Amino acid sequence: MAVTYLEAIRSAQAKALAEDERVFIYGQDIGVFGGAFKATKGLAVAHPGRVLDSPISEDAAIGLAIGASIEGMRPIIEMQFADFSSVAFSQIVNQAGTQFYRTGVRCPIVVRLPSGGTPGGGPFHSQNMEAIYAHYPGLVVMTPATVEDAYHLLLEAIALDDPVIFCEHKHLYNHLKAERLPEKSDLPPNKARIARAGRDATVVTHGAMLHEALTAAGDLAREGWQIEVIDLRVVKPLDSETVLESVARTGRVLAVGENTPWGGVTSEVIARIADAGFQSLDAPPRRLNCKDTPVPYHPNLWAAHRPNAAEITRELRDLLKF
Amino acid sequence: MVELASSPEINEAFPRSASLDPSQSLLLRAYRWMLLARTTDEKLAALYKAGGKISGGVFLGTGQEALSAALGMALRKGDIFSPLIRDLAGRLAFGEPVSDAMRTFLGSKEGPMRGRDGNIHRGRIHEGQLAMISHLGAMISTTAGVLLARKMRGQTGTVGAISIGDGGTSTGATHEGLNLAGVERLPMVAVIANNQYAYSTPNNRQYACADLIDRAKGYGYEPHSVDGTDFEACLEVVGRAVERARSGHGPQMVVGHLLRLTGHGLHDDASYVDPKLKASAVGADCLRLAERILIERGLAEEGELAAMKREAQAKVEEAAAQALREGGPDPSQEDWAAISDARMLDRGLAMRS
Repeated sequence: MAVTYLEAIRSAQAKALAEDERVFIYGQDIGVFGGAFKATKGLAVAHPGRVLDSPISEDAAIGLAIGASIEGMRPIIEMQFADFSSVAFSQIVNQAGTQFYRTGVRCPIVVRLPSGGTPGGGPFHSQNMEAIYAHYPGLVVMTPATVEDAYHLLLEAIALDDPVIFCEHKHLYNHLKAERLPEKSDLPPNKARIARAGRDATVVTHGAMLHEALTAAGDLAREGWQIEVIDLRVVKPLDSETVLESVARTGRVLAVGENTPWGGVTSEVIARIADAGFQSLDAPPRRLNCKDTPVPYHPNLWAAHRPNAAEITRELRDLLKF
Repeated sequence: MVELASSPEINEAFPRSASLDPSQSLLLRAYRWMLLARTTDEKLAALYKAGGKISGGVFLGTGQEALSAALGMALRKGDIFSPLIRDLAGRLAFGEPVSDAMRTFLGSKEGPMRGRDGNIHRGRIHEGQLAMISHLGAMISTTAGVLLARKMRGQTGTVGAISIGDGGTSTGATHEGLNLAGVERLPMVAVIANNQYAYSTPNNRQYACADLIDRAKGYGYEPHSVDGTDFEACLEVVGRAVERARSGHGPQMVVGHLLRLTGHGLHDDASYVDPKLKASAVGADCLRLAERILIERGLAEEGELAAMKREAQAKVEEAAAQALREGGPDPSQEDWAAISDARMLDRGLAMRS
C-alpha cells in the first residue's frame, strides 16, 4: 500500500510517541482535530495528554518547548504554517539557537514547518523559511524532498540533541507517494543524496524543487544530456563534499531553490563552489530561485513565481552551451 | 550571627530558630540578601567606573532588592527561577554564588557563561535558574515549559517564578507566555517590578490600564499587590503567592510598586526621573527602610549592621579578586561550535580550494 509524504510524517511521530516517553507534540489544532493538514490525525487519542492543542501563540510554543527540553523532554512543535514561525523567530534564533553555545545545555526540540507554496496559498501560507533559519548559528535545518526522508529525517530530528527546523513541503504532502517506508535510511542526516547520476551538469536543489529538477533532467536525457541531480536533504549542515565532488565530475552547476533570490541556499551553494571548486568549473555557476516578490495567490501567478521544470531545462540548456 | 550562606539548601524552609520569632529571623535573612546584593552592585559600579575591567554594560538592582530577595527566599531547591536584570538579590537568595555575578561581569573563563555571554545574561539551568535572553518576556514561556514537562510527568510541589518589569509587560512574548501558563494552569508566579520607568520611558507611555495588577484577571491569575519598598510586606505577599502556586491554586501575579534608584545601566544618569517620584513613598530605599525596621524592632543594633556590611564587603571583594585573577577566555582554545552533535556541524563553511 502506498504511503504519502504526509503519512510518513504522521508515522514518524507515531513511532516516536510510542517508543520514547519524552516525546510530546504541541501546536495549534493538532489534538483531536489532527492538525490543519492532518499530520497528527489519531495521535492525540492514541497518546492521551501528549498531543496538545496550543493557544495561538507561536512564540510561547517555542519557549515552552525549550523549557520542556531543559526538563528532559523531546518536544515537537507544529507550526500551522511555516509563515507563522516568524512570530516565534525570536525564541527560535535567540534562545533555541544560542542556548547550547551560551550555557552548554543542549536544546533538543523539533519545529515542524509546513512550508512552500501551493496554488491559492498566497503570501502568508506559502513561505519557505529554511534560508532564514540556516543563517543563524545553533540550528539544524532539514528539508526532506522524498517520502523516505520525510520519515527518517524526522526520526533523526527527534533523536538529535540540537534544535531542528524541519521544513516539510506542503506541495508534497499528498502528491508524493512511496511504496513503503524503508526500515533504515541509506544515508546519515549530514549527507546529501545523488538523486540522479549524470556527467554533463549538476543541479543542486532541495525540497519540492527536487521533483522539478528530476523532470528537467528526464527531458534533457531524451536529447542525450546526462544531468546529475543532488538533493541536499539537509541545508544546515550543507554537504559541501557531495556537491563539490559532483561539480568536479560535471564542470557545470545550477543551484535551484524555491526561496527568494537574495541570499539563501542557492547563493550559499554557489559561494562554496566558487570558493572551493573554482578549478572544476567549465562554466559560470548559475542559480535559479523564485521571483523577488511575496508568493502570489492566484494559481497562474503562483505557477509563474516559482521555478519549474521548463525553466530549469532552459537554464540547463544555456549552461550546457557555454 | 547567621552566616551569609549562598547555598540553595538554605531556602528549603524558612528558618525556625528557637530564640527568634520566625518572621523576625526571616527579616534578618532577607536583609542579608539585600545587603549582599547592594554591596555586590556597588562593587560592580566601582569596577565599571574605574574602567577597563568590565566590557559591556552594568545593570543594577538598586531599590528593587526587597521584592527580589523575597522571591528568591520563597523559592526552594527544585523550583525554577527566571530572573531578569535587577534580580541579584533574588538570585543570591535562590542560591547563586556571588562569584557568578563577578565572573560574568568581569568575563572570567571560569564563570557559568565562560565569557560567551555577559553581565545579567547568566544562569545555572540545571540548578533551576534559567539564563535570561535579552528579549523581554521570552523566559516566561520557557519557565512554563519546564512546569508543563513536570505536570505531564505528574510531578507536583514545585513552582516556577519569573521576574519582569513594567516595560517588559508590553511585549507580545509576555502576553503569549502569561496566557499560555494560565491556559495550562501551571504553578507559575509572575512577579512584576513596577519601577516606574522602562529605561527612560515612564509608565504613562507603557500601559493604559489603571494598575498592572488589573491584568491578572485577564490572564486567569490570582492577583497580589505589594509595596516594593517594604521588605516585610514583600516577604509576606510574595511568600503567599508562591505558596498558593505550590499548593495547586494555579498561576499567581504579584505587582511590586517601587522606584528604580539607578539608571537603566550605569551609562545612564537617569536625569529623566521625576523628582516628585523620588521624594514620594515609592521612591524610598528598601534597604534603608529595612535597616530602620530591624533597629526599631530590636532585631539588630547599629554595630551589628555595620559588621554585616563589613562581612558582605569582604565576601564581595574576595569574589571580585578571584574573578580578576582568573582572566578571560582564550579564543584559540574555543571550539566555536553552536551545535552539540559533531556530525551536524557545517564543516563546509571552512572549506577552501
